[in-house]
Amino acid sequence: MYAIELEGVSRVYQKYSARHRFQTFKSAIVRGDFFRSLKADELVTAVDGLSLRVEKGTTFGVIGSNGSGKSTLLKLIAGIAKPTAGTVGVEGKISALIELGAGFHPEISGRENVAINGIMLGLTKREVQRKFDEIVRFAELEEFIDAPVKTYSSGMYMRLGFSIAINVNPDILLVDEVLAVGDAAFVPKCLDRIDDFRRRKKTILFVSHDLATVAKICDRVAWMKGGRIQMIGEPKRVVDAYLQDVAAAQEEDFKARKRAARSEAEKAAGAEETSGEAGTAETEAGGREKRWGKREAEIRKVVLRDARGEEKHVFHPEDGMAVELDVAAREPLTDFVFGIGIFNSLGTLCYGTNTHLEDWEPVSLSGEGKVVCRIDRLNLINGTYYLDVAVHRRDGYPYDYHHNLYSFFVSSTRRDEGIARLPHGWEFSPGIRLKSQEK
Amino acid sequence: MKRLAANLRELHKHRLLIRTLVGRELKARYRGTILGFFWSFLNPLLLMIVYTVVFGLILNPRDLAIGDTAWLYALYMFCGVLPWTWFSSSSLESANVLMINGNLIKKILFPAEVLPVVTVSSNLLNFLFGLPILLFFVPIMGKSFTVYALFLPVVILVQYVFTLGLGLLISALTVHFRDIKDVLSNLMTFWFFSTPIIYSLKMEALQRVPWVKTLLTLNPMTHIVEGYHSCLFYGELIHWKRLGVTFLVSLILFWAGYAVFDRLRDSFPEEV
Repeated sequence: MYAIELEGVSRVYQKYSARHRFQTFKSAIVRGDFFRSLKADELVTAVDGLSLRVEKGTTFGVIGSNGSGKSTLLKLIAGIAKPTAGTVGVEGKISALIELGAGFHPEISGRENVAINGIMLGLTKREVQRKFDEIVRFAELEEFIDAPVKTYSSGMYMRLGFSIAINVNPDILLVDEVLAVGDAAFVPKCLDRIDDFRRRKKTILFVSHDLATVAKICDRVAWMKGGRIQMIGEPKRVVDAYLQDVAAAQEEDFKARKRAARSEAEKAAGAEETSGEAGTAETEAGGREKRWGKREAEIRKVVLRDARGEEKHVFHPEDGMAVELDVAAREPLTDFVFGIGIFNSLGTLCYGTNTHLEDWEPVSLSGEGKVVCRIDRLNLINGTYYLDVAVHRRDGYPYDYHHNLYSFFVSSTRRDEGIARLPHGWEFSPGIRLKSQEK
Repeated sequence: MKRLAANLRELHKHRLLIRTLVGRELKARYRGTILGFFWSFLNPLLLMIVYTVVFGLILNPRDLAIGDTAWLYALYMFCGVLPWTWFSSSSLESANVLMINGNLIKKILFPAEVLPVVTVSSNLLNFLFGLPILLFFVPIMGKSFTVYALFLPVVILVQYVFTLGLGLLISALTVHFRDIKDVLSNLMTFWFFSTPIIYSLKMEALQRVPWVKTLLTLNPMTHIVEGYHSCLFYGELIHWKRLGVTFLVSLILFWAGYAVFDRLRDSFPEEV
């Protein structure tokens, strides 16, 4: 039995040009193009020939980047938007957590808003009365329920909205990224309630960017891209495929930025002949990076590679990384140290080391060469990181110091915190039972 | 016609929502005021007092078509202004109602025509709250009630259908043509003077320019306001034929307004 059945559904949005925006009733009458002006200038396809079946009693996740059509899909299922083509079939009562508290009137009290909102969402007057206490208790607003809603904080507003929508007791619950605003205590409560829904074998359609939660609570996941379903199936697999796609896109983005930085550097080099060599080093535009040193020895190029030797900028915590430096010495040197440092976006040094600290005695450096620092496992948490590379004397005198000139991204679905992800495992004595949700 | 019937059934299904929203509208209007709900009575009362002072004591207009005292003129005018206020504020508010409630249309599933219906209905209630003041002043100003006052609900029904038809049309079109709001506020002034509120069709000067009178009779609001005058001021039978035609026109406007609304409905969630 299917709770939701979409058959070749398309939704085309009309996009009106800027000229149309200023179209007025007067000009429409004057120019006599009254009816033509109601037609759109351009069409945007948000959902494109999509077919989808969601079985009754399943929790179904939808992921995808912004603008991939997720919200439109939800609106189509909720009936707020009508499909341009295809059919939408829904079995059972729907409640949509698309925007919480939509329709609250700021001037009147929370109590009256609960009544009105409940009726808007399809409850009868008696049902609202019966569920009123439960709604207020869940929202933790007992003290404020008689105050006008305009005096509520955004958190209170959201809690009340969620509480009403969840108490409508639908057969199908549509959730669109609404848990993002709750505080640390309320979000688990909401998830708990959604869990309760799952246990009662109700159908949930869950749209979220929180991939960890999606992977955890959903039975099946669809990944949307450009208005179509790119992939559908087992959560972990789909989330991974999506992440890989995102990583590839980030990679592209990094390359584009690098190209832009390179052409900029070439321009700078052209303008300043004397420092010609300095300009050849690749740098990324931005404010926090600096480079200093007299360049008796110079780092000409820095490349990040993955374990297979491919140039990359997005890594997983489990990945290895190789920092490859192209070095050139202007004159033969006997006192030199190579070092690297990894900073997170807060500017905290996550790890730093150099050849001197690791007891490599410098012997000689002349001409050109390569230095590679190989990291077996990054073990960093999700985020953007900045890289320092340097060649300097043992006493610290810098030949060439690149501060935060390079960046890379660590992409992870886990929400662990801190600076580094220490390699670890868990063990429990037989009396303590936990179930791994890793699928 | 089939569409209309289906739409009306849908509307009927949402009557609880309409009732609740009308209640909210009325509550929110006077929320935060000291006198609260009494403003519904106080506003028309103050208006009536102003008319009485200005026309009864200062201007002192006298026309046999209306009555032999200036007090009667104040009553006559109040009798027309009250339903006019219902009509004009409904129309002006309808122009905005879809935009103001844009978040509802975008996020919650319910028929959008509920909103203009709520606007016209809550203004109807405000009109009904003012009605006792009018009824109170009728005997004070020296008029007496006749059995024809019982036709008042008929006139109110005609006006409701007419106002709602216009409200549906305006609310739907304003989504695409925002300047209808401004056109409308000017139009309402013009329309006010084209309706026998501050004058009467029976006035002698009007009889000398028959073409003006003909033009005025083409205005549906003329016959609606005349209906109120018949029921409450003159105490005579309403003009069945004229009001009947007006009702027909109102029904056509309602049908046309609903049809336009229906045609543009799908564009609302994107445009408001």
